[in-house]
Amino acid sequence: MSAASLVTVAPERAQARKAGWYRQPALLAGLILLAVILFMVIAAPLLTSYNPISQDLNATLSGPSAHHLLGTDQLGRDTWSRLLYGGRVDLQVAFIAVLFPFVLGTVLGSVAGYFGGWVDLIIMRVVDIVVAFPFYVLIIALVFVLGPGERSIYIAITVVGWVSYARIIRGEILVAKRQEYVLAAQSGGLSNLRIMGRHLLPNVITQAIIYAMSDIVQDILAIVTLSYLGLGIQPPTPDWGSMIANGQNFLTTHWQLTTLPGLAVVVTGLALSLIGDGLADLLRPGQS
Amino acid sequence: MTFVIRRLVLLIPVAIGVTIIVFFMIHLIPGDPARTILGIHATPKAIAILHQEWGLNRPLAGQYWLFLDRLLHGNLGTSLFYGTSAASLIAGRLAPTIWLIVYAAVLAIAVSVPLAMIAASRKDGIRDQLVRAVPLFGLGMPPFWVGLLLQYGLALSLHAFPVTGYGTGVFGHLHSMFLPSLTVAIGLSPVVIRSLRASMLNVLGADYITTARSKGVPNHRLFFRHVLRNAVIPAVTVLGINIGFLIGSTLIVENVFAIPGIGSLMIQSIFDRDFPVVQGVTLVFGIMVVLVNLLTDVTYASLDPRVRFDR
Amino acid sequence: MTAGSVVIAGPPSGNVLEVSDLQVGISTRRGLVRAVDGVSLEVPRGEAVGLVGESGSGKSMTLKAILGVLPPEARISAGQIVLDGVDLVPLPTSALNRIRGPKLAMIFQEPMSALNPVMRVGWQIAEGPRVHLGYSRSKAAERAVELMRRVGIPDPERRFRAYPHEFSGGMRQRVMIAIALSCDPEVILCDEPTTALDVTIQDQILRLLARLCRESGVSLLFVTHDLPVVAQLCQSVAVMYGGQIVERGAVEQVFAQPCHPYTLGLLRSAPDVEQVRASLVPIPGSPPSLISPPSGCRFHPRCGFAEMDCTEQMPELRLLPAGRSTRCLHYERCLEPLTAEGAAR
Repeated sequence: MSAASLVTVAPERAQARKAGWYRQPALLAGLILLAVILFMVIAAPLLTSYNPISQDLNATLSGPSAHHLLGTDQLGRDTWSRLLYGGRVDLQVAFIAVLFPFVLGTVLGSVAGYFGGWVDLIIMRVVDIVVAFPFYVLIIALVFVLGPGERSIYIAITVVGWVSYARIIRGEILVAKRQEYVLAAQSGGLSNLRIMGRHLLPNVITQAIIYAMSDIVQDILAIVTLSYLGLGIQPPTPDWGSMIANGQNFLTTHWQLTTLPGLAVVVTGLALSLIGDGLADLLRPGQS
Repeated sequence: MTFVIRRLVLLIPVAIGVTIIVFFMIHLIPGDPARTILGIHATPKAIAILHQEWGLNRPLAGQYWLFLDRLLHGNLGTSLFYGTSAASLIAGRLAPTIWLIVYAAVLAIAVSVPLAMIAASRKDGIRDQLVRAVPLFGLGMPPFWVGLLLQYGLALSLHAFPVTGYGTGVFGHLHSMFLPSLTVAIGLSPVVIRSLRASMLNVLGADYITTARSKGVPNHRLFFRHVLRNAVIPAVTVLGINIGFLIGSTLIVENVFAIPGIGSLMIQSIFDRDFPVVQGVTLVFGIMVVLVNLLTDVTYASLDPRVRFDR
Repeated sequence: MTAGSVVIAGPPSGNVLEVSDLQVGISTRRGLVRAVDGVSLEVPRGEAVGLVGESGSGKSMTLKAILGVLPPEARISAGQIVLDGVDLVPLPTSALNRIRGPKLAMIFQEPMSALNPVMRVGWQIAEGPRVHLGYSRSKAAERAVELMRRVGIPDPERRFRAYPHEFSGGMRQRVMIAIALSCDPEVILCDEPTTALDVTIQDQILRLLARLCRESGVSLLFVTHDLPVVAQLCQSVAVMYGGQIVERGAVEQVFAQPCHPYTLGLLRSAPDVEQVRASLVPIPGSPPSLISPPSGCRFHPRCGFAEMDCTEQMPELRLLPAGRSTRCLHYERCLEPLTAEGAAR
């Protein structure tokens, strides 16, 4: 009858003048921060001349100085270079580790959502069972069973992590498959695989990508935690978790050994969270 | 009541699945599990004993049956390290973990509710922006690191709290467990704050709040009887979903603060290669989560009358 | 705006509620929306006044402004709202809360979302008396049951403990009416309470409202876009367009002889049971932008009688004989098509 009313504006939709600055720059800030971090860890050899593993027993537990930007630990290893190279290892493992659950979860979630019925029931039961275990408990138990090291980390994260993606994708597909364009594709005689792959997936994948951002943060935390316990990245490879473990005995005297690697994790987490939030706002505007 | 029964029935397949996964843990070990577990203690005799105890020579289904049977009799195997029953070992250390979980949940709520209120009361204001920044930093903080910092700041430096340990007596527990519980609560809060804030905003914009305002209901009554009462419902769900995370982070935090709970037992057993205990603790954790989810569902139903009458 | 209540001195009038030159603005990203632009109304004691218009005409905003429950981005920028001699506009929320309930109440359009889903219906009705009249729990509960009976909810003692989702739409609306009546207000503001209901239920609710109006002498300000409803229930009517009142008068007169082209258009586009019309004629065009409204008369882009002077100056609301007013410069022309129609029959 009449055009949409400008008068009744729902409170949560109306943007006060003060809002707005948070939303757009979040993505930008996150990307810039992440770029800086990635640059620093990739260009590590350019930023430090020290080998992170080499020990210098003459210069143990020194504070920040001209020689050692952030000091050394109890074996004389340069903290700054350990931060950079440790970051290389942790971030590399985390970024790769997020891919397997992403793919596995997306595939299983799509199948469950699209076909429904028995397939859906079974897959969702498995999801419920995996979810019944606390995240860390299962990861630690798996790494224990498989033996410590990088390979176990990948396997453990994949086995535990796929469920979130499966749930998200399944939920999106359940909604999307009732859309008209799917019905059109089906009546056009396209195969299920093609429909799922070419039509449904590109539309539902965005939610999974947004989730992946926070998942990377979770993976970094898991890797760092495992390494802290001695079950993850094995020495002498530098990594932030083992650095924290290393420094805890010197907490009262040289707190930077423990604090700095943790801060590195927090800052990386910040960057990724900003990106995730920014993406979420970008891809779903006007929905609170 | 029928609601509870119905939920319980639905949980049985999940519980069974939990036992299956725990059971399969043995078989994920490459090679002869008994040999690998025993490590340096792997004499042929010891291996034979373990094979016998676990029935490793039987077909898989038979092994599972044996496992399930022993489980239902409360037998979780024998600790390779201590020689005593794993079940009694675990039972003895259950209390501190439960203290930690409950205390942490309470602290998390105590922190999150006010912050979410502050944020939701004036959306997009300065305080809202600050509260929304909390998850950005909070989600990236490793729990053990937070624990270490708290130890340093409040225990080692200020001597306000004991560095480690469980303490004795109720007040001793409250005192000693404050820092570890706070650590876990800090890990949980970002998620809870986010969802509480969102649900509060939702409720604040709802029509029935306008109705209540139009009745002249004063602000404090409005908040507690109308806003909060509705806002906690989705928050309970979120808390329930994240309870797994809460329970899981006790693992590491117990380690950092040397709390004699089942989390540190698990870590210790991993390094002792005490497989039955690891298996047993994993199972207990799984069951715990299942039970807490049931509790969450029941709480949700008691809070939201609409749920009770459907189905 | 000065703090504290402002008492307007003067002889006691027959009007329990008087709105003068009310202006409500909403700040949006695209600019200031003049949702209510200079609205004046009177609600006499014991009478039902209708407020009609399309969606977006500002009628709901007017009601919300009177009660003070505007959304956060909307603000009263000018005008007075005098209830029983007290201007509500400068009052702080705490003072307004004391008025809401005992003096002024509101019924909403969508009863399902307007009732608290987790609170028992009886307690929602009893809340007003507990807060405002100081009733004890048991006394308030008694009153709630009595109110439920009065609005026609069967088996009120048992249904007291029910939740909103257990009621049908019509019953929920009766609950809303009970809530509104709970503190014996002088005026009840009705925001399209029957729009979401079936036609038969609609009729029941309207009859209920009419009966309550007669029995307790409470006044109604009834907002709707549905003309027959106004004809059934109200004694006088005001027509809103583009945030302004364009015509006012007694219901029978306005509907029989409209003095504004917009009212004429509304009548012609609505089906009428009593007079069989040759055809339904919709009003061409769409409602005006409230950020930058058309110059002069806001209706002129859609008006069949528009002349040059209609585009130049904003016409004032002028008094006509027999207590009517109109904003149209050429209102006489409205009489022509109707007489033609009458002649054709």
